[in-house]
Amino acid sequence: MKRKWNLLPVGGFLLSLAAFFSYYFYFVYIPVTRDFPWASLLIFAGALALLGLGLRRAFARPERYRGRFSGPIFAALSVAILSFFLFYNFSYSKQLPDSKAAPKVGAQAPDFTLPDKDGKPVTLSKLWGGDPDVGTQGQWVLLVFYRGYW
Amino acid sequence: MQKNLETLEARGVRVVAISVDPPAINREHTAKQGYTFTFLSDEKAEVIRRYDLLHEKGFEGADISRPAEFLVDTTGTIRWVNLTGDYRVRLRPEELFQALDRLGAPGPR
Repeated sequence: MKRKWNLLPVGGFLLSLAAFFSYYFYFVYIPVTRDFPWASLLIFAGALALLGLGLRRAFARPERYRGRFSGPIFAALSVAILSFFLFYNFSYSKQLPDSKAAPKVGAQAPDFTLPDKDGKPVTLSKLWGGDPDVGTQGQWVLLVFYRGYW
Repeated sequence: MQKNLETLEARGVRVVAISVDPPAINREHTAKQGYTFTFLSDEKAEVIRRYDLLHEKGFEGADISRPAEFLVDTTGTIRWVNLTGDYRVRLRPEELFQALDRLGAPGPR
């Protein structure tokens, strides 16, 4: 009897890829699926289930199903993708400096002058305190530090 | 931030972004994304260092800032700080608006 193709392992692998990329292209833009990536982890769980079923039938019924060679390869690749995802999202992104000396609430904000996108110098104290030279009034300022490298 | 800019401006808050990117890159980025708030360039990370936010080799071997937000009032006093412990987890606008309510931000001028 001709053995059947066993598409579950490759399906699991493709689903792992989908879980990985959908996080960075979709779920990362929604706070509830970004802060804790439960949607992505659910898709990974589905992928592992497919791989598990595929491997089981490849090894338990080798006379009927193929995939004893390709199945473990797809499984290993999927586990590698999942490991990278877990490492990146649960360890790497938390490796931040202490910032013990960052200005605290109640402290005076360190003043500075930096060029804006047109190269024009902007002074922080002239934003909060106003600038009589150009007749602007002071206002509250939200300083947002970004990782950058857009 | 852009989506909430109007709400922030209505509350009298000026939004100023800072990163290590040079002005030309910021110009391109803001044009592409349609951002209208101020983007400042701290190419040597001097201000980022002074605020103790330097993340050494934080992006492909380059020194960058860790994400952080500071709310400064009209006397230059810091009224509210948000330092995320995980750079994936960013400020939610509601947190900021609640802080503004609590602190009694000046509102429309």
